[in-house]
Amino acid sequence: MSEFEPKIIAFVCNWCTYAGADLTGTSRIKYEPNVRIIKNTCTGRIDFMMILKAFARGADGVMVSGCHPNDCHYTSGNFHARRRWIVFKNLLEFLGFDTRRIYFSWVSAAEGAKWADVVNNFVNNIKKLGPFEDYKNLNPVRASLGVLNESARPQN
Amino acid sequence: MNLQDLKTKAQKLLESNTVNVIIGYGQGSGGEVRPVFIRKPADIDKLVLNDKCVQNLAVYLTKHEIKKLGKPGIVAPLPVTRAIYQLMLEKQIADGEIVVLGIKNNGIITELTDNKSIRSFISDVPSELTSEEKARLSEIKSLSQQDKWRYWDEELSACIKCYACKSSCPLCYCSRCTIECNQPQWISVPSHLLGNMEWHIMRAMHLAGRCVNCGECARACPMGIPLNLLTQRLSEVIEKTFGTSESAEAFYPLSTFNVNDKEDFIR
Repeated sequence: MSEFEPKIIAFVCNWCTYAGADLTGTSRIKYEPNVRIIKNTCTGRIDFMMILKAFARGADGVMVSGCHPNDCHYTSGNFHARRRWIVFKNLLEFLGFDTRRIYFSWVSAAEGAKWADVVNNFVNNIKKLGPFEDYKNLNPVRASLGVLNESARPQN
Repeated sequence: MNLQDLKTKAQKLLESNTVNVIIGYGQGSGGEVRPVFIRKPADIDKLVLNDKCVQNLAVYLTKHEIKKLGKPGIVAPLPVTRAIYQLMLEKQIADGEIVVLGIKNNGIITELTDNKSIRSFISDVPSELTSEEKARLSEIKSLSQQDKWRYWDEELSACIKCYACKSSCPLCYCSRCTIECNQPQWISVPSHLLGNMEWHIMRAMHLAGRCVNCGECARACPMGIPLNLLTQRLSEVIEKTFGTSESAEAFYPLSTFNVNDKEDFIR
């Protein structure tokens, strides 16, 4: 059995972190390939339901990243997002959800190196934590099918 | 309580055609109370007022069947009045389009006809969690992460997804809820733990900072899940982190922001 390779979903904003991740690539900085990047127009667009959906579909960790405060392309999208995340994170903590599995960060378009660092650290942390059994076991159907079996996953 | 006073005031409202329907509490079966919708002054004796009158009647104000009846007057204990005020802030009830028969805990009934009077009526009594509620919250907060997860696993696995919590909540008035959305299917349909968890997280998030803590969701829940704990916890967080709403315009803390909002987890 090979080493556990976590599945990480990253919700990033179009203007900062996505461009930052692009810079990581063009700078030829190598980082962990476990992360699947999903581009959104703005962090303000990143609904908490998307994060839950990622976990429901078998993600072991979710990253959320966007422009630094005051740098939002739409002026205030990340401020709204920040409020939502504060509330959301507190709710998850109250429910006993393992919030180490969600990583929030600000990565600007110039911070290609930071993006590589952030991803590498997060992937390493998740590797240590192992698969997110707590959440995967919530679905009795999936659990009985042997959870992570790709072919058993309902297509939607 | 002042049942006679209530009846007189309600009757006057109907007789003078100030309102077309009085939404109040009436005698139900088995010693319970049920909502009544009184349209004729002669029927006013159907009203009752006792300790069992706790249902949040504000939930009917946004239903189109009730809107069709005309201008409503509503019997409103304090939590109901709070819900009505929140609905007004959210532009669901127009100013002056409703008469509220506000009942304070001391039983005194006040006729409230506009936004301003409702506001001053509810601001007399601060909306705070009771000490029992606070104690219950800190009891759960003091559990370890795994114990909390186990606790909620147990509570939420009882959920049968009847959505009584949604139907009974005056502030869950969206004509189309995310739960009914199936393109994409945001929330898993069967009432297993995954879907239950997603549903209750979503419900709490959408009520964050709007919830008036009337406790109707927990009362309506046929499985006895203490759902209001989630929204109570969020009110606590919001008050602590963002402060109480500075202006009447900031009716929904998540629709606004402060450049100096503090957090310690975004790196």
